[in-house]
Amino acid sequence: MRYIEPHAHMVSRTTDDYEAMRLAGCEAVCEPAFWAGFDRGSVDGFRDYFCQLTDYEPKRAAKFGLPHFSWLCINPKESEDMGLAREVLSIIPEFLQCKTVLGIGEIGLNKNTKNELVILQEHIDLAARHEQLILVHTPHLEDKFKGTKLILDVLKNDPRIQPGRVIIDHVEEHTVDMVLDSGFWAGITLYPESKATPARAIDMVERAGMRNIWLNCACDWGRSEPLAVPRTALEMRRRGHSAGAIDDLVYGNPMRFLSQNPRFQIL
Amino acid sequence: MTRAQVLDLYFMDARCKLIELAAFLDRVDRAEGEDDFRLEGLREAMKSLSLNQPARAKSVLMALSDPTMEPLDTAPGKGACGAWPGLQK
Repeated sequence: MRYIEPHAHMVSRTTDDYEAMRLAGCEAVCEPAFWAGFDRGSVDGFRDYFCQLTDYEPKRAAKFGLPHFSWLCINPKESEDMGLAREVLSIIPEFLQCKTVLGIGEIGLNKNTKNELVILQEHIDLAARHEQLILVHTPHLEDKFKGTKLILDVLKNDPRIQPGRVIIDHVEEHTVDMVLDSGFWAGITLYPESKATPARAIDMVERAGMRNIWLNCACDWGRSEPLAVPRTALEMRRRGHSAGAIDDLVYGNPMRFLSQNPRFQIL
Repeated sequence: MTRAQVLDLYFMDARCKLIELAAFLDRVDRAEGEDDFRLEGLREAMKSLSLNQPARAKSVLMALSDPTMEPLDTAPGKGACGAWPGLQK
């Protein structure tokens, strides 16, 4: 089996995880910028983080033969401080020319505040001006439905945005249809407690169809499973899905979306 | 898959989770003090299990979701707890 892990926070993981993913058939890993578990105190903290994502982490992954790509932004959990957020936005263009940067992400909302919305719009503007792909984080748990609707409204209101170049991640049963019906890609995140389990993820795929959906583990420093995608592939086999259909979902779909950026070369 | 195949694959898992939920509710009942909106949300969400159509997961998620659409002035914190505090009666 082969698969692409399109969303994993590998800076939080050990090299053993890289090896396990590679052994399980992972052919590329993509890492969006995210919250470190604490608020960084200055723009320099983000500059260091972006250097880690674009320089150090690809080298660490390469030791296991794994191509590593990244997405850049200031995450919504730190967007309440609009002064800091705008400082971080101002340095992102320095990194957009790095050969492993795929786009702007994971941007979005956390608690659905006015400040978060302003910074989301400014990220979208940055992506549009630099013709970047966009990866969107939707809020957690009780905030997801409202946040997803607000995010879709912002994206639809910007005529420069092509929905096929935007993936809305962490969809669940109550948000997947509104995302796909609007022409965006949808990401299903596999977590032990929050977000989706393998069984629920396959339910969503069976109901919505496999077009424009990817699966990801979004493994980070919290409870998460780096091998959640291959485990879900095994679950699909248990349900009788063909090897071809599984390959299309866990390898073909992320390949189709990510290849919209010509930098995504893994062969 | 046929319904029998679905049951073969998932019945024991569903049974386990149902008993865990029942035991959790018993545990809450045995404990002292007041409960809060999270339990209210869970009780509301459990009504979805009686639906006669395959939209129960969506219905459970909606029962636990913030149904408003106005952005907040400020963030009340960073985390989410799994149920909308507005459910508090």
